[in-house]
Amino acid sequence: MPQSLRAAFDREFDDICDKLVHLSQMVDWAIQRAMTALLEQDSLTAEAVVANDGDVNRLRFEIEEACIVLIATRQPAASDLRSVVAVMHIVVELERMGDHAAGIARIVLLMEDEPLLKTLKKFPKMGELSRQMLADVVQSFLKRDPEWAREIAGRDARLDKLYHATIDRLLKFMVKKPDAVQRCTYLMWVAHNLERIADRSTNIAEQVVYMMTGDMNELNV
Amino acid sequence: MPDAEPPIIQVRDLDFFYGPSLALSKINLDIRRRQVTALIGPSGCGKSTFLRCLNRMNDTIPGTRVAGQILLEGMDIYAPEVDLAHLRQRVGMVFQKPNPFPQTIFDNVVFGPRAVGLARQRADLDEIVERSLTQAALWDVVKDHLDEDAQSLALGEQQRLCIARMLAVKPEVILMDEPCSALDPIATLEIEELIAELKAQYTIVIVTHNMQQAARVSDETGLFWLGELVEFSPTQRMFTRPEQQLTEDYITGRMG
Ligand SMILES: Nc1ncnc2c1ncn2[C@@H]1O[C@H](COP(=O)(O)OP(=O)(O)OP(=O)(O)O)[C@@H](O)[C@H]1O
Ligand SMILES: [Mg+2]
Repeated sequence: MPQSLRAAFDREFDDICDKLVHLSQMVDWAIQRAMTALLEQDSLTAEAVVANDGDVNRLRFEIEEACIVLIATRQPAASDLRSVVAVMHIVVELERMGDHAAGIARIVLLMEDEPLLKTLKKFPKMGELSRQMLADVVQSFLKRDPEWAREIAGRDARLDKLYHATIDRLLKFMVKKPDAVQRCTYLMWVAHNLERIADRSTNIAEQVVYMMTGDMNELNV
Repeated sequence: MPDAEPPIIQVRDLDFFYGPSLALSKINLDIRRRQVTALIGPSGCGKSTFLRCLNRMNDTIPGTRVAGQILLEGMDIYAPEVDLAHLRQRVGMVFQKPNPFPQTIFDNVVFGPRAVGLARQRADLDEIVERSLTQAALWDVVKDHLDEDAQSLALGEQQRLCIARMLAVKPEVILMDEPCSALDPIATLEIEELIAELKAQYTIVIVTHNMQQAARVSDETGLFWLGELVEFSPTQRMFTRPEQQLTEDYITGRMG
């Protein structure tokens, strides 16, 4: 890119980053509210999360569109091009995280007033861990810090462990109490959604590494 | 892609001086056969100087000096026994401004072949004119006006005529110094298309100020900076993940 276009590109890319941060905050809100809805069996909150998902989708497309315009008008190369491509991948991951949050909210609506189970103990922890991963990975993107991104991806293992422990306990519970099968299945879906949310933070971490180094590798394999 | 064939040109530790001032310093690179090699870099970094070294065009400037080696098919082009006219027939050049001679289109194309004695018979010359103009994507435009003044052609056509004039002597390597900088965007794209076609038969080295052009037309790209070759990489790599920070800064418009 000619030097004369540099400032314009920086300004437009900064705008895109601001929107990406906003999108990540909407998604974080959705995860946080979905977990509250689950733990407090609050269907109004669950409905709000589901309703919010449309806004998440719209903002994702808006950012993608801005990236396409930036490519068409500024013809970025090298790290600039990698940054724009990384954003296009990251917003898809964020949008899907929003879908997982909405998925949890929909399960809350399906569960209605069925009593919760004791195994629920691990869910708040999983929710917190995945929210922290999301917040940090967005910061690692803004700070352009691939080492931090790698560290965040490494945390996925803890979530996987919690996930497998939860599934284990739910399965055992189902065997003991056949009348709880329905509730246990719902909770498995919730656990699955939380686990996927953390996976997507790992995918975002991969994009941060790619943006900064040009290396396209799967982290945590 | 593995290099099946040896490079057509090898540049080894090339230094170039204008009088006392060093314009190129320790340049090492290989130019691969039937590939387009683009040279980029800020004004005054030595791109044109380097290009002119490849067919000894700098020899015409007094007080210049070369150190190191340039091998064309293994032959040292600066060796004393080298025949300059023959070298420049093998390594042709196209300039920034189209410079057709004030003659007919036909005479422009046959100028070289006549001068080097490649052909004399009318039938042979006709054949050369048709082949060269066809290769330069100009035949269909001018075939019915071969006796018209070359300078009456549009600028883009003049540039393609200059390319045809050079192709007429059957070069192996084509050097182009900002061949599109005097042309409008359409004529520029036509030259770029032509480069893509010529690549099937010729080795092309192009200097360009337009980084997008380098990205579009070339297989390998070299970045010059203050008389040094900073990076020489496959073009796809150069524009997505360059090796050197300086390349990154230049390509992203942070300096230069
Ligand atoms: N005939 C000459 N005599 C003395 N110095 C020269 C001559 N031609 C070029 N130079 C110097 O050599 C250096 C390299 O010039 P050169 O023309 O090769 O650069 P360039 O990369 O082609 O620049 P541009 O992009 O402006 O065409 C410059 O410092 C220039 O001033
Ligand atoms: Mg020049």
